[in-house]
Amino acid sequence: MRTVTVVGASLAGLYAARALRAQGFDGRLVVIGAERHRPYDRPPLSKDFLARAPGAPAMAAGARSPSDADTLALSDADAVTLSDAEALSLSDADEDAELAAEWLLGTPAAGLDTAGRAVLLADGRRITTDGVVIATGATPRTLPGPPRAGVHTLRTLDDAVALRAELHAGARKVVVIGGGFIGAEAASTCAELGADVTIVEAAPLPLVPQLGREIAQVCARLHTGHGVRLLCGTGVKALRADGRGDGDRGDSGAPPGTTTRRAPRVTGVELADGRLLGADTVIVGIGVRPATDWLAASPLALRDGVLCDQGGVTALRQVVAAGDVARYGELRAEHWTSATEQPAVAVRNLLAGTTVARHTAPPYFWSDQYGSRIQLAGHRGPKDTVRIAEGSPEEGSLLAVYERDGEITAAFALNRPRPFTRLRRRLGAGRPAAPAAPAGAPAAAPGATP
Amino acid sequence: MIPVCRIEDLPEGESVRIEIDDATPAIAVFHTDGALYAVDDTCSHQDASLSEGWVEGCFVECPLHAALFDLRTGAPVCLPARRPVRTHEVSVVDGMIHVRPAVPEEEAVA
Ligand SMILES: Cc1cc2nc3c(=O)[nH]c(=O)nc-3n(C[C@H](O)[C@H](O)[C@H](O)COP(=O)(O)OP(=O)(O)OC[C@H]3O[C@@H](n4cnc5c(N)ncnc54)[C@H](O)[C@@H]3O)c2cc1C
Ligand code: FES
Repeated sequence: MRTVTVVGASLAGLYAARALRAQGFDGRLVVIGAERHRPYDRPPLSKDFLARAPGAPAMAAGARSPSDADTLALSDADAVTLSDAEALSLSDADEDAELAAEWLLGTPAAGLDTAGRAVLLADGRRITTDGVVIATGATPRTLPGPPRAGVHTLRTLDDAVALRAELHAGARKVVVIGGGFIGAEAASTCAELGADVTIVEAAPLPLVPQLGREIAQVCARLHTGHGVRLLCGTGVKALRADGRGDGDRGDSGAPPGTTTRRAPRVTGVELADGRLLGADTVIVGIGVRPATDWLAASPLALRDGVLCDQGGVTALRQVVAAGDVARYGELRAEHWTSATEQPAVAVRNLLAGTTVARHTAPPYFWSDQYGSRIQLAGHRGPKDTVRIAEGSPEEGSLLAVYERDGEITAAFALNRPRPFTRLRRRLGAGRPAAPAAPAGAPAAAPGATP
Repeated sequence: MIPVCRIEDLPEGESVRIEIDDATPAIAVFHTDGALYAVDDTCSHQDASLSEGWVEGCFVECPLHAALFDLRTGAPVCLPARRPVRTHEVSVVDGMIHVRPAVPEEEAVA
């Protein structure tokens, strides 16, 4: 292969570029990114990054040409500062030099011309290529309805900068829509900043599909234990605005560079059950969808992600995928660790021209909320039983194991990293036998999970 | 020299975290491969305690994102960590483990 093009310049894209060089690919390496930023780390965006007061003064928003933007390590976006970009950067200058990649940033790929072996860019450019790594990740779902200032999603650095500016402008009423991990972390950080926070969750309890009822209950109590209201079992009917235009407070996250008329500012959230919650800021955390729109006209099979085999190889041998956008067999993970592990496997198969390696590590995820660390690993099935093997919710520290037919399928820990890691490694080694329950450990009844 | 614990209280394969004072970052002490090692407890990548990590030979794997550090040098062996953790001198005096915290290096000027 003479040219390989990586589409998506974030975690999986960078790890793919690294893997290509590490595995001896010395041809032309092109990385295409829709965002103007060099690869940066997303998990801090809902955690310390959001909590930290906007740091150094914003860089002067000078007029830079698009070609300059391609070569800049950081952008001149409104309030993305040097320290922001440095704090989150996934690589450094030395590594960038070693990778010797061409970074085409700030322009999304718009299509794949498989007959002509090229990636098409939205700005009309055409990158002729022998191999493609798809690493376009996922995009937040949004609520229907007209745009409102003060309503945020949280996926990109620009999203986080806009939300952070609002939160640090003063204690506010925040409504978080969706009680998943992103919503939970955002709620935790907002509460830490002194905001009055309400989470609205459509399901009877957040995270039940991921954790099962008993452990989901443990997580829900983290919110209520820290003064955050959790309203479950009700959807959102509308985001209300009293009609005033937005002054100069933040914006609605319009794509940078576009001039938008200020949308009216959100003032409240109307729930399906008729209640009205006042709100200065609304954070919408209702999940993501894989960023596959640009592939709609391609011959690739798309079903909640790009369909791949366990080695990340798509229906086309010269096209592989990794990270949040990729469905490996039955599973599409939305986890940091998968996005760092899959690229090496996918690249190996791309260079080999066939599937010679598979990604088999169990999914692993962590989340930090209210000063507690949650970790989850494995493949929990809906019928698995769960039992607390160590600690208890009351202690604020526990290890729970999920089991099916006497075998451990998954592990959950709250502030219990050491035994969790042991279990996670055994899950990776395959088929761990269930450890005996310590005396006095509460055992959940079978069927305690939905 | 800061006393840690008695050698019999830190069996092979175990690790312990010690806090000295507000000005000194916490230190993790490991007993592995027949030797004692001490490194800064906080991973150089993000916020995780290496004393909670997985120890194999003279390496510790961070419990959060699995960066691997060489306990002899503090150097990261793999990503996502790119910077080393500091190492500290360990000694055993009359069956008691002690560490001598490294003199803080000049903080990198931002
Ligand atoms: C706020 C937040 C907190 C998180 N916290 C955790 C956590 O605690 N633990 C955990 O395990 N995971 C966490 N995650 C998830 C983790 O960050 C993701 O799993 C990871 O970023 C996935 O990497 P990726 O490269 O596959 O996709 P992404 O990071 O989504 O990157 C995809 C990139 O592709 C670009 N792109 C999209 N379409 C195109 C196109 N057509 N052309 C060119 N480029 C395109 C996008 O702009 C983006 O830059 C968090 C995510 C967020 C947003
Ligand atoms: S915190 Fe240690 S590897 Fe990330």
